[in-house]
Amino acid sequence: MNSTDSRYIQGSTGPWEIVIGLEVHCQVLSKAKLFSGASTEFGADPNAQVSFIDAAMPGMLPVINKFCVEQAVRTGLGLKAQINLISVFDRKNYFYPDLPAGYQISQYKSPIVGEGEVLIDLPGGETARIGIERLHLEQDAGKSLHDQHPDHSYVDLNRSGIALMEIVSRPDMRSSEEAAAYLKKLRAIVRYLGTCDGNMDEGSMRADVNVSVRKPGAPLGTRCEIKNVNSVRFVAQAIEFEARRQVDVLESGGAIKQETRLFDSRTGETRSMRSKEEAHDYRYFPDPDLLPLVLEQAWVDRIATSLPELPDEKKSRFVAMGLSAYDALVLVAEKEAADYFEAMLKEGAEPKAAANWLNNEYFGRLNKSGLSIVNGPVPAASNATIVNMVGENIISGKIAKDVLDIVWAEGGEPRSLVESRGLKQVTDASAIERAVDNVIAANPDKVAAAKAKPQLAGWFVGQVMKATGGKANPTVVNAIVKNRLGLPE
Amino acid sequence: MSVDKDTVRRIAKLARLALEEDRIEPMVEELNGILAWVEQLKEVDVEGVAPMTSVVEQRLKMRDDIVTEGDNAKALMANAPQGQDHFFVVPKVVE
Amino acid sequence: MSDPTELTLAEARDAVAAKKISSRELTSAFLKAMEAARPLNAYITETPDRALEMAAASDERIAKGQSRPLEGLPLAIKDLFCTKGVRTTAGSHILHNFVPPYESTVSQNLWNAGAVMLGKTNLDEFAMGSSNETSFFGPVISPWRSKNSNAKLVPGGSSGGSAAATSAGMCLASTATDTGGSIRQPAALTGTVGLKPTYGRCSRWGIVAFASSLDQAGPITRTVRDAAIMLKAMAGVDPKDSTSVDTAVPDYEAGLETGVKGLRIGIPSEYRVDGAPLEIDDLWTRAVGWLKSQGAEIVDISLPHTKYALATYYIVAPAEASSNLARYDGVRYGHRAAGTEDLIDLYEKSRAEGFGAEVRRRILIGTYVLSAGYYDAYYLRAQKVRALIARDFSRAFQACDVLLTPATPGPAFGVGDKTADPVAMYLNDVFTVTVNLAGLPGLSVPAGLTAAGLPLGLQLIGKAFDEATVLRAGRAIELAANFSAKPTAWWRAA
Ligand SMILES: [Mg+2]
Ligand SMILES: [Zn+2]
Repeated sequence: MNSTDSRYIQGSTGPWEIVIGLEVHCQVLSKAKLFSGASTEFGADPNAQVSFIDAAMPGMLPVINKFCVEQAVRTGLGLKAQINLISVFDRKNYFYPDLPAGYQISQYKSPIVGEGEVLIDLPGGETARIGIERLHLEQDAGKSLHDQHPDHSYVDLNRSGIALMEIVSRPDMRSSEEAAAYLKKLRAIVRYLGTCDGNMDEGSMRADVNVSVRKPGAPLGTRCEIKNVNSVRFVAQAIEFEARRQVDVLESGGAIKQETRLFDSRTGETRSMRSKEEAHDYRYFPDPDLLPLVLEQAWVDRIATSLPELPDEKKSRFVAMGLSAYDALVLVAEKEAADYFEAMLKEGAEPKAAANWLNNEYFGRLNKSGLSIVNGPVPAASNATIVNMVGENIISGKIAKDVLDIVWAEGGEPRSLVESRGLKQVTDASAIERAVDNVIAANPDKVAAAKAKPQLAGWFVGQVMKATGGKANPTVVNAIVKNRLGLPE
Repeated sequence: MSVDKDTVRRIAKLARLALEEDRIEPMVEELNGILAWVEQLKEVDVEGVAPMTSVVEQRLKMRDDIVTEGDNAKALMANAPQGQDHFFVVPKVVE
Repeated sequence: MSDPTELTLAEARDAVAAKKISSRELTSAFLKAMEAARPLNAYITETPDRALEMAAASDERIAKGQSRPLEGLPLAIKDLFCTKGVRTTAGSHILHNFVPPYESTVSQNLWNAGAVMLGKTNLDEFAMGSSNETSFFGPVISPWRSKNSNAKLVPGGSSGGSAAATSAGMCLASTATDTGGSIRQPAALTGTVGLKPTYGRCSRWGIVAFASSLDQAGPITRTVRDAAIMLKAMAGVDPKDSTSVDTAVPDYEAGLETGVKGLRIGIPSEYRVDGAPLEIDDLWTRAVGWLKSQGAEIVDISLPHTKYALATYYIVAPAEASSNLARYDGVRYGHRAAGTEDLIDLYEKSRAEGFGAEVRRRILIGTYVLSAGYYDAYYLRAQKVRALIARDFSRAFQACDVLLTPATPGPAFGVGDKTADPVAMYLNDVFTVTVNLAGLPGLSVPAGLTAAGLPLGLQLIGKAFDEATVLRAGRAIELAANFSAKPTAWWRAA
């Protein structure tokens, strides 16, 4: 592997290997909570979306949301994972104000989804396989606000009981880049599946990052868990900081304490979490309010047949259409980009030209304007038409960019726009011949030079293009220039 | 198996039950009395026996994904020992 | 009409339907009896205003010919069932001020059937006890006394308030819950009928949880017929309880008098325990004779793991309780300790102040048996033994239709007699607890008196969801025993 160097950090005692595993919590895109009929909508007033079950009022009982079970199975299938037809809900017992029952309903010994895998794409076109240990369903906790009052914390239970899928990876990642690629890929997969919106700002996807370091080839070191990191960038930063910290501790003769740490996005540092200092003993046991969850293979099979095409398969299909691996990767990274690309193909655009056009022209403009593919101003059909017109020799590549600028700023149908503004490429040979002759007549010195040095023909082509306002077909111009100058084709 | 004072302190902490120092020794005795008595389960041959997960032979019921609850905040806060603007209030927690 | 508080539920139902008495008259009579019987401490909360309102509404329906099965019949509700707008305490300091904004499914079923609520009955704190002495609201005193003695006796527990109220004419019938014997044991000690249905028969939604895999609601009544009437109204599948079972609820009353001819009655040898009073054994033997003479077939049965049931129970129930009771933390409802330093202090003090000694003890045991390093040795092993206990029953029911056993190892005992020794107290449930572990229906029927004049009960255990057969056999015992003793109303003179 040629990226070996970036996978090690250099300490005073030599190189150290970073070992990373991620536990990612994905909020299931359901209307109601996992065990109650309260709404999951983001941004409600405090405690406005809390059923008596979510608040653990006396005598309240959980009943599971079938849709959430289905989404977990769907996600498991998307991770090419084992679906467990029998799984069990356990109680994880601990006291915290945002955990009303004093226990979280989760799955411990028997999760709904077992081993699977995620392929990540590394720079240089390589891929790596990251093992998935399990996916289980569990309840989210509420939220404690600590900065509203000097002496009090405020508790809002709106999140309490929302369905989460906790996806636990194997400690298979060796650099912050790999961790970032994994998180991005996981996000793409759940978004393709439609099981989670992957919105890290609103907390619907959160990562707990397990980091340890070791000398290459040595057994695994003691790990620290960094809780609730809420962006891909922060995950990378947290790993960089934490790995360096651990190396420093070890090299100065210290030992790593297994602990939970918090990432401070302002300083880029991690610190020990005071509220988690006490050793936990979660006293897991099967929740007696719920029976084991038994699924039928036929039901799982039906979900499997309804699975959409996922990024890896889509990428292979795009490459088979003639796209470069890189272009294909860029397109499949965001489901909406791939959808947009495919919408262009439906309008008859040639795949490779469409991919080039998007990657080189349209995405750049979106980036510059801070827009995304879904809220960009140009519909896929319009971009397809522009690409098609280039292919049909109606406009040149240069004019195509102008047309895009016009459609971007003013809207409009590209074909009629080209027509009404007279942007059509000139392919009429006599008109082009006239223009070539004019340029030759005006520049006798250049003609002589070009006869000695044929590369200079390009200068004449440029001049002709300029004189025709870019509308002349460059291939035709090139041929006529060479003919008039007496140069070989 | 039997418990000692440290174990009683540890489980009281886990259970979030304040236990006065002078209650610990009596509690050690009470718990050991009960534990000695349940010790008889050791005699039972449970080789190959699956633990009971449920006495009812039934599939787990499932609900449809429908929002059935409205804003319960007022009813929810009615019993709260301390509340503010529909938040439950507790002494400050330092993370 | 003579004293209407002496009517059975069925008699009152028929009298009300025949307009011989109005619901309001009936209800007022019970409210008066409740007032007179306050020394028994059977109710934590009386709801006379609500009772009279409900009675008036019932009278209106009766007048319009819109009667429902329990129209206008006054009942007592164990204070473990959440009742909307009416304080629900679970007998605990930690819920002393809790007013639920919802109604339990079982109590709602009763109101839907037309019943009238008289109030909320006392119980052992969080239903943890066998004598009703652990309530934050003080012990319940049994209406029964031994011959020639004024010593206060316990009514049994945890549904001691419901049993005392039903026995002493403070309600027509009552609701109760049974986790290890809490319906059947107090019924046996107070000369009433107690029915613990099959686990899953009645919804647990809205009932303050003690041990979720064992808790089951049922009635305490004066007759087997009344138990049949009550169960029909209380039972039914509930989409809000994942463990409630969708199976038809038969008309238990209709099949009650079918008799036991041809019924195979199992007699488990393991229920003959050393040291139990001879009177219990005699009664049991006599009952075998009654059933035989009515045409039942008697079958000797073995339930080999019976002796481990109580120990199994005292691991499983506290483990579940330690988790179920974690929600009482002084944050969202209930008692919060004053003047605490920080959150942990608030938790620890609120819970230490809010829970009584027995509850604290069980929380600690439960926390211990689930904790790291002990789970396998205690909890997991107990759940395996539990599976063996359930297997014993399913094997037994291949050879018989219903089991007959004593309900308790002895009659009512004195207040304070067993509070010092938890294990001695736990032994009260030795005959009832197996039924909870296996999730089966069990019925306690009063069948005789001790020489000292205290009631003794017999227990019938049935197959899952076969309450009908249990009630039918219970009715046969009731007929043969012809139990008609009543406590002398000494509290009226007091
Ligand atoms: Mg985790
Ligand atoms: Zn989790």
